[in-house]
Amino acid sequence: MTDAAALSVSALPAGALPRSRGYLATVRRRLRYDYVTLFFLLVILLIAGAAIFAPLLTPIDPLKTSMAFRLKPIGYRNFLLGTDELGRDMFSRLLHGGRMSLLMGVVPVAIASVIGSCLGVIAGYAGGKINTAIMRTVDVFYAFPSVLLAVAISGTMGGGVANGLLALTLVFIPPICRVSETATNQVRHLDFVDAARASGAAAYRIIFYHVLSNIAAPVFIYASSLISVSILLAAGLSFLGLGVTPPTPDWGQMLANLRQAIYVQPLVCALPGIAIFVTSLSFNMLSDGLRQAMDVKS
Amino acid sequence: MWLYIVRRILFVLPIAIGVSVVCFSLVYLAPGDPMQSLMPADASKADIEMLKHAYGFDQPIPIQYFRWLMRAASGDLGVSLQTNQPVFGEVMRSLYNTIIIAAGAVLLAFGFAVALGTLAAFHLGKPLDRLATGVSVLGVSVPNYWLGIVLIIVFAVQLGWLPATGMSARSADGFDPTQWDQLRYAILPIVTMGLVPLGVIMRSTRSAVAEVLAQDFIQMLYAKGLGTFAVVRHALRNALPQVLAVMGLQFGYLVGGSILIETIFTWPGTGFVLSKAILTRDIPLLQGTILVLSLCFVLTNLLVDLLQTAIDPRIERA
Repeated sequence: MTDAAALSVSALPAGALPRSRGYLATVRRRLRYDYVTLFFLLVILLIAGAAIFAPLLTPIDPLKTSMAFRLKPIGYRNFLLGTDELGRDMFSRLLHGGRMSLLMGVVPVAIASVIGSCLGVIAGYAGGKINTAIMRTVDVFYAFPSVLLAVAISGTMGGGVANGLLALTLVFIPPICRVSETATNQVRHLDFVDAARASGAAAYRIIFYHVLSNIAAPVFIYASSLISVSILLAAGLSFLGLGVTPPTPDWGQMLANLRQAIYVQPLVCALPGIAIFVTSLSFNMLSDGLRQAMDVKS
Repeated sequence: MWLYIVRRILFVLPIAIGVSVVCFSLVYLAPGDPMQSLMPADASKADIEMLKHAYGFDQPIPIQYFRWLMRAASGDLGVSLQTNQPVFGEVMRSLYNTIIIAAGAVLLAFGFAVALGTLAAFHLGKPLDRLATGVSVLGVSVPNYWLGIVLIIVFAVQLGWLPATGMSARSADGFDPTQWDQLRYAILPIVTMGLVPLGVIMRSTRSAVAEVLAQDFIQMLYAKGLGTFAVVRHALRNALPQVLAVMGLQFGYLVGGSILIETIFTWPGTGFVLSKAILTRDIPLLQGTILVLSLCFVLTNLLVDLLQTAIDPRIERA
């Protein structure tokens, strides 16, 4: 009977059947007309480009201090955005600082996505005792508000980029694990998984071909919404003196150092915060747009 | 329902024990010997040995944990390295200050969020909805520690309406929110803190109310000839339990995550104690504060769950 059906389809003239678009093509089509999301994607690309090519975009050394030019206003001489409390060029520091902030925003979420979704898939697919062991451990970490957990880990271990990355990664593993466990659980009981198992597919094959491809979208969307949280948290840690070690420029740390100068140069002091705000807002909007385009329910 | 309540309360126990294990291990996470983290740097060798024995650091780790847990359960969280005061007392005093601003922030956010969220739900997809949704995205994207600085610049430095940081000297015996000269110090921290919950609560109000509005009985209410306000009342009553739950969780997050706001406003709450402990590497104080804050968070979650079961008769839990 299947042969007959296949024959009848191939017997039709080409173009008679509506060609169904693939999932990715549909997503791409939806995104192409979503100008708001595209705009914020462009903003993110600009910020990332500015951070990556910072040395090419500004000739001024972000670490060069000058006591004569401390806390100068925006547009003073060749200081495009003024200078900070040690006379360092703000424009150059903002560009270079973006490297750290973007790194701390994306890397922890990426690592946590890999580890968290592995744990979630294992817990969801295996079920039983393994599920209980993994998910109850995750519950314990859920009992800490994210800020508190990040501060607790990097506060006891001391500042520095590595400890900050570790703390943020640990913060994001539990929520991602939960999302992927839920998604795996839903997929696992669908008919096509049973069919695959009945036709003799091994567990790893079911997981890689059928489960992963079906939980990828929700996990990806959820992870993308965490990038903005991660940027805010990372800058917060630096703000508390727990992030990047000085003098490496970082937005959170610049904000903390300039706090003393709000009476002298309020506008210059607000700049690092604006940078954090715009970046986190753009990632939030991009994530929202992707969620709609990929049709994932929150 | 009673069975659910008992089960839900029992479920907290393993979580609380897990939380205590994490807090206990913090001392071992700190670089160097745990003894070094618990003692001032200039402590003599004999003193270290003595304290090592007194605190049981020569014992196996599970026994150390058990002893620590017993002491913590009786309210002994050790002594701060800096002030030599019991950690428990210091944390409890500051917890009150944190709860004051967190409660203020969540109530303020709730008021605005429910109004905006309901408006948005009634104008789904129209400009008003877009505006309200935009406000909520701004609320969750803005670094609130930066917003705090901006508010200080505007309202304390430029306009001089409100004090920039700290607390009134008259709050020394405990903050009294009914006195204006004490309350004015709390206004900027409360507003700053309220922005994130405003965004989150607004989003959930919008979707909860929109969900109710899509139901048939709303059509019936309109058909009966009820005005918009009466319909709003019906919709809100149905959406409120869900919104209240979100609000409770936000309160928990604020109490636990107050460190940045309190550092900016030098508000003497738990977050301020925490950042002080980090700066001075006062590990006992750090550990004790984190333990108390995370247990508060667990308890808040429990209360929210129980309250939701109590006020929403539609939820049937067995």
